[in-house]
Amino acid sequence: MPTINHYLMVTALVFCLGLYNVVTRKSAVGLLIGVELILNAAAVNFVAFAHFNGNDVAGSIFAIFIIVLAAAEAVVALAIVVAIFQQYHDIDTTKATLLKG
Amino acid sequence: MFDKFIGVIPLVPLLPLIGAAINGFVSFRGWRPARSFVHAVACGSIGISFLITLGAFFHFVGLPPEAREMTLTLWPWIYLGAVHADVAFLIDPLSLTMMLVISGVGSVIHIYATGYMAHDKDYPRFFAYLNLFCFAMLLLVMGSNLFMMFIGWEGVGLCSYLLIGFWYEHKPNAAAGMKAFVVNRIGDWGFLIGVLLLFWTLFQLGHPTVTFTEIREQAPLLVGHAWGGVAVVTLVCLFLFVGATGKSAQIPLYVWLPDAMAGPTPVSALIHAATMVTAGVYMIARLNFLFSLSPVAQTVITTVGFSTALFAATIGFAQNDIKKVLAYSTVSQLGFMFGAMGVMAYTAGIFHLVTHAFFKACLFLGSGSVIHGMSGEQDMRKMGGLKKYMPKTFLTFILATLAIAGIFPFAGFFSKDEILWKTFSAGYYFQWILGVVAALGTAIYMFRLIGMTFLGNLHEETGGEKPHHPHESPASMTIPLMILAGLSIVGGFLGFPESLGRLFGLHHSNLIEGWLSPLFHHGVEEGGELGVPIAEYLLMFFSLAVAVGGSYIGYLFYTTRRDIPEKIVARIRPLYQVVVNKYYVDEIYDAIFVKNLLRLNQGMNLFDQKVIDGLVNASGLVVRIFSWISGFLDKYLVDGLVNLVAEATLASGRNLRKIQTGRIQNYLYVAVGGLVVAILYKFL
Repeated sequence: MPTINHYLMVTALVFCLGLYNVVTRKSAVGLLIGVELILNAAAVNFVAFAHFNGNDVAGSIFAIFIIVLAAAEAVVALAIVVAIFQQYHDIDTTKATLLKG
Repeated sequence: MFDKFIGVIPLVPLLPLIGAAINGFVSFRGWRPARSFVHAVACGSIGISFLITLGAFFHFVGLPPEAREMTLTLWPWIYLGAVHADVAFLIDPLSLTMMLVISGVGSVIHIYATGYMAHDKDYPRFFAYLNLFCFAMLLLVMGSNLFMMFIGWEGVGLCSYLLIGFWYEHKPNAAAGMKAFVVNRIGDWGFLIGVLLLFWTLFQLGHPTVTFTEIREQAPLLVGHAWGGVAVVTLVCLFLFVGATGKSAQIPLYVWLPDAMAGPTPVSALIHAATMVTAGVYMIARLNFLFSLSPVAQTVITTVGFSTALFAATIGFAQNDIKKVLAYSTVSQLGFMFGAMGVMAYTAGIFHLVTHAFFKACLFLGSGSVIHGMSGEQDMRKMGGLKKYMPKTFLTFILATLAIAGIFPFAGFFSKDEILWKTFSAGYYFQWILGVVAALGTAIYMFRLIGMTFLGNLHEETGGEKPHHPHESPASMTIPLMILAGLSIVGGFLGFPESLGRLFGLHHSNLIEGWLSPLFHHGVEEGGELGVPIAEYLLMFFSLAVAVGGSYIGYLFYTTRRDIPEKIVARIRPLYQVVVNKYYVDEIYDAIFVKNLLRLNQGMNLFDQKVIDGLVNASGLVVRIFSWISGFLDKYLVDGLVNLVAEATLASGRNLRKIQTGRIQNYLYVAVGGLVVAILYKFL
């Protein structure tokens, strides 16, 4: 029977992988995947805490909110990525420097 | 049945204002609408005002005499400290009489003007001004307090200025308008001082008010109140009278009125004969309770009045411009009204005001018809024999002349005789003699005018100039003349003397006396005793004899026996020259006031240029020196510090911007690094 610590270790691992992805990747899509990993780690944490805290509904609701938020974020971010690709024919974030002061 | 007219009385001044606004807007935009639109607006607005006034008049006639006073308050206006003034109208027999004259004679003159001004390019502007004048004049007579009256007082002055200078392209016209305005300002100054002094004194007595009905109640408080050794009420009355001399063209401020004839003739008839110039008379009648308290002011007013009457009449003998004769005649007749005011015969004065409005408007409009028929000629020496060319004008003119000369039973006889009788019975014998001589003069110069204009032969003295082709004026001009001539005939019976009425078995035959007397209960008591007033009959006969004699002399001298006046003139050549030149009053004023004023202005100008400008330039130099020093300090000390701060900021910015790479990863490195440090710090 897994305890809450198992869940926390898995989500911590997923979070760290996501963070690593965000920090190291240059590709915009890669960054986006990293962000998704971080969000999902958080969502799993919420559900886990809710389950081990007397099956509280609030945690599940939060998880649903996070999924919706992630979907919306993906829509906006992918649209930006498409736009960046059209402008630079590349999705390397280090090259999109036109607005840099 | 007429009570519903009372509620709409505010429309009486409002309608002409709306008419003025419409025509003024049209004129301002430079539109040229059909003339029928312009005069429908103008004549319609003043005509409806007249009908409303007439309705209110009939309502008041039906009321008992003590109920004939009401105040219509529209809205509160000035509530500042002790000053409480509302926008309110005081409707009583006096203001109704004036309203009837203004809107009635005003309507007739508006109609006349549609004919007289038909060919003028500024047709809408003319009617806008004329309507605006009616508004201001109605405000003057209807206002329930001194401030409302003052606004009307200034408003009519403005309209007078605008209309005298109506044909402003011709420079003397504009100058005449300016003269009227400036001379009126002197009078207005006196009026304003009088109003403020009155208010201030009432304030000191604990009853500050500017409303006529309240001043009437408080007036007895003023008795015995002196200021610098002079009774305050006398000072107030004299200052107010200064205002009246300006507006109503009395000595010494009459000089603007003859020049005001530069305006179009309907304007001369409406403003400078029938209504505006009587504002001073109205003001004294309105404030009769003050003037009755000051015998000194009364003596001054009656003396000035009758002196003006005689003085202006003598100038009238020697004028050759048809309108100038009538202008001096107006000054003279106004003198009679002031004479009546001064002897507390307020009813007689207002009565003469009304009859004068009728016959003088008729005379002016008649002269306008003559000028129109003579294609703009105003010099009587180039006229003559117009009787056969302009029969309607001649007939109405002769009726109005008989009225002004004081021939029984025309209007002027009753009113002028009433004034002279009241003056005599009040004991002002010297002033009475002045008045009788002035009445004689009136008859002579009016028949001189008739003789030179309508009788004799045309072109008698043109001396080979191109002859005119005189023609009768259109119906829009002759019908108003007939209306006014009719009023000149019957107007006098409004004030049929009691003493004559008794002969015919009539009681209270003096209608205007019965109508107005509740307002003037301080006035001279009517001789109520029943005996036959021999003295009054004698004087009546005497003044009639004077009028008839004067008329005959005038007729004789200027038609069949023209040699007589020429001989007289030859005998008294120097005196005649003085009279022809209007006693050189304009020249004297010019030398004393205008020249010295200009000299003073030049002195002021020099003072301004040398002393004031010198001071200004010197202070400018000092400022420049100081500013140079401060500029130096600013440039090197303050700017140095400022630049130092700026340089430091720029340098730090230049260096710090390197941190901001714009790459999110870099920031995340820092954030994660910080997190790691925080965790390590927490657990180690």
